[in-house]
Amino acid sequence: MTIAALPGTPLREPMVPFRYRVRSRRRETHDVVTLALEPLHGPPLRARPGQFNMVYAFGIGEVPVSVSGDSSVESPIVHTIRAAGLVTRALCESHPGTVLGLRGPFGTDWAMGSADGHDLLIVGGGIGVAPLRPAIYAVLARREHYGRVSVLIGARSPADLLFATELQNWRSRFDLDVRVTVDVADGRWRGPVGVVTELIPRSFFDPRSAVALVCGPEIMIRFAARSLVDQGLSPANVRVSLERNMKCGVALCGHCQLGPEFVCRDGPIFTYAQVGHLLAIREV
Amino acid sequence: MSPAGTIDLARRREGQPAMGLGSRVMIDPGGLQALIDALRGAGYRVIGPRVRGGAIVLDDVTTTADLPAGWGDEQEGGRYRLKRRDDNALFGFAAGPQSWKRYLFPPRSLLWRARRDGQGFEVLAEAAPPAVPMAFLGVRACELAAIRIQDRVFAGDGFSDRGYRERRERVFLVALNCGSPGGTCFCASMGTGPAAGPGFDFALTELVDRDRHEFCLEVGSDRGEELLAAIPSRPAGPEDEAAVHRVLEGAAARMGRSLETAGIKELLYRSYGSPRWDQVAARCLACGNCTMACPTCFCHAVEDASDLEGQTAERWQSWDTCFSLDFARVGTGRVRNSVLSRYRQWLTHKLATWIDQFGTSGCVGCGRCITWCPVGIDITEEVRAIRRGEES
Amino acid sequence: MRIDTLEVLLREHPFFRGLDEPDIEFIAGCGHNVVFESGAYLFREGEEANQLFIVRRGRVALEIDVPGRGLVVIDTAGEGEVIGFSWLFPPYRYQFDARAIEPVGAVALDGVCLRGKCEEDSKLGYELMKRFASILLRRMQSARLRLIDVYRP
Repeated sequence: MTIAALPGTPLREPMVPFRYRVRSRRRETHDVVTLALEPLHGPPLRARPGQFNMVYAFGIGEVPVSVSGDSSVESPIVHTIRAAGLVTRALCESHPGTVLGLRGPFGTDWAMGSADGHDLLIVGGGIGVAPLRPAIYAVLARREHYGRVSVLIGARSPADLLFATELQNWRSRFDLDVRVTVDVADGRWRGPVGVVTELIPRSFFDPRSAVALVCGPEIMIRFAARSLVDQGLSPANVRVSLERNMKCGVALCGHCQLGPEFVCRDGPIFTYAQVGHLLAIREV
Repeated sequence: MSPAGTIDLARRREGQPAMGLGSRVMIDPGGLQALIDALRGAGYRVIGPRVRGGAIVLDDVTTTADLPAGWGDEQEGGRYRLKRRDDNALFGFAAGPQSWKRYLFPPRSLLWRARRDGQGFEVLAEAAPPAVPMAFLGVRACELAAIRIQDRVFAGDGFSDRGYRERRERVFLVALNCGSPGGTCFCASMGTGPAAGPGFDFALTELVDRDRHEFCLEVGSDRGEELLAAIPSRPAGPEDEAAVHRVLEGAAARMGRSLETAGIKELLYRSYGSPRWDQVAARCLACGNCTMACPTCFCHAVEDASDLEGQTAERWQSWDTCFSLDFARVGTGRVRNSVLSRYRQWLTHKLATWIDQFGTSGCVGCGRCITWCPVGIDITEEVRAIRRGEES
Repeated sequence: MRIDTLEVLLREHPFFRGLDEPDIEFIAGCGHNVVFESGAYLFREGEEANQLFIVRRGRVALEIDVPGRGLVVIDTAGEGEVIGFSWLFPPYRYQFDARAIEPVGAVALDGVCLRGKCEEDSKLGYELMKRFASILLRRMQSARLRLIDVYRP
């Protein structure tokens, strides 16, 4: 007897995962894998750019992972996962045909619609580029609705750059300013070396109205957000994607709290105006 | 609709005349036994206070003889002792180590079970017996407030916990207007007692002295009113009402602690850097007793496990504590490494961020966290010190 | 076709903005245009540090060879950026290699000449030191941020 939770309907049983099969798998870097998932039954869940799903590896555990694919494409659902612990390692080892569990979509999104008409600064560091990719796709799908668009990417080293091929394609577009920097490189790298925040002052945007989307390690978010505000952006226009350990994903278990915010429900996307003061408190 | 979230607990009917909701009757201990029998006869499992292991705990109750007649308690920071009263009061004590959350949100419960099959895996319906409806006997005002608070957490707007809802909706709740506050009590400060607020089927006030032993029983719901027919009683008169008043006034005046709540949210939001945290962190063991004893703490772990062959998997829910080092993580690292940050998280959540999250304070003033802290850390004293720290 | 004299270049460069005309003329007098083909070194570790470079086009990598690990690039200077600060203080010796990783056009300024003038003319000296300090501060913060190794798993 199965619990009656039909895919596509509002989650009545939020703690029970839907089954999704891995359709394809792609290795991005030595520790990052992208999986494309399709539901076993029924229509796939629809996630907006910035939202996340709780991804379950049978018998091992569940982790929150942002969607990293094109939200206008119904199926498959795409997740980019870094093998950092027990569950993520298991997920990264899954192959086409493996059945995983998915619950979601949860959380707030990048709210791309509200950025219409504005210059955009998309700042991503490390694995943080993955939750930003759906936003970039959304921009490219409606490019004429935005002003100047800069995509600023940082990574530890060239070998750690995600979506390298796509990055190259984006760089060759005339309607995107794509800059990529790495913390340190070897002799083969021909691009800038330095921290991603250094790319901000060299980008072109109208600070009075520009909207920034920032994702990456929290320290990088802190510095990037501060740099953006120093450059004149309004803190309400700087959107950051935060991360905490989610266990339930539905604001019941309490683990993901950041001050009064439940990152799984009130986030993961916040404005810097909402959370800037919280990020400045140690161990909050 | 009662203010307690989406669960309509009291099922009050507006404008009902006497012998309906709000009406009061007097029963004696025999009537209390009749109440217990009626509840059991209606299929409820009656749970109430009992003496065990030198404490007053919650357990199954079948007769009034099971109740802690003549027992009271002495509570202070890090101290709990039972002591004999000079009367036979059945409810003459303050909050015990356990709260009703152990029944509404059990320490450990199975969410679902799944089995591997040709299509990956299949989630099976939870193979647990249907929840037996429970009757809670003697829910103190503070404890009832705590249940209302947890209703907002687990059964409020947004996603709710199915298990909590199922258990909660079937509870028959016999509240207790408190007449025996303890050394660590401060329900009066928190506005949660000593009189029971909304959400009861019955509310009892124990009136005991040399000459009599009676209970004033107030009806709070339709099904309470129905059950009343099976309980011998007499209508409550003005002297009875006055006696109830005296009990409540006396209790309000005998609180062991107090906590100033004016502007407390803003105070704590300003105080993340207060030197007081270092002071309390030097004492706090991060044992988490306070979170276990607290009737409103709701943080829980969601754990996945499988059998050795990896054929059957289960997801369990279990009580967790923000004092645990692993509680808050970002990436693969821990956010709150210091005891300071964890104590600060607990207190700030309980008294400040909870208000922004759920619209009320998370604290009901039951004093358990003070009594059951091995080193006697006192939440009211900590807040006082933080306030004083600002003034100096 | 406008031929940019060094003065014009320097006047337009954000680094020299706000300096008096005579100072710009003097500094221009200390400098000359240089071109490096891709792969050529601007300076090498251990060499006497006599010049600073203002990159006009292309990109310069600041690098060091680590035995057993190979070449490590720790910084880059692109268009409009300044590279080569070891001329400021004794022992006046470059700490790293600077190599053009694309064809580079730059203005090379004579460090000895500049140092002398700054000693004489403390007002100009202060103005230049402020500007250099600002770049060094940014570079140091960038280096510190990378020292934290934020992308560490």
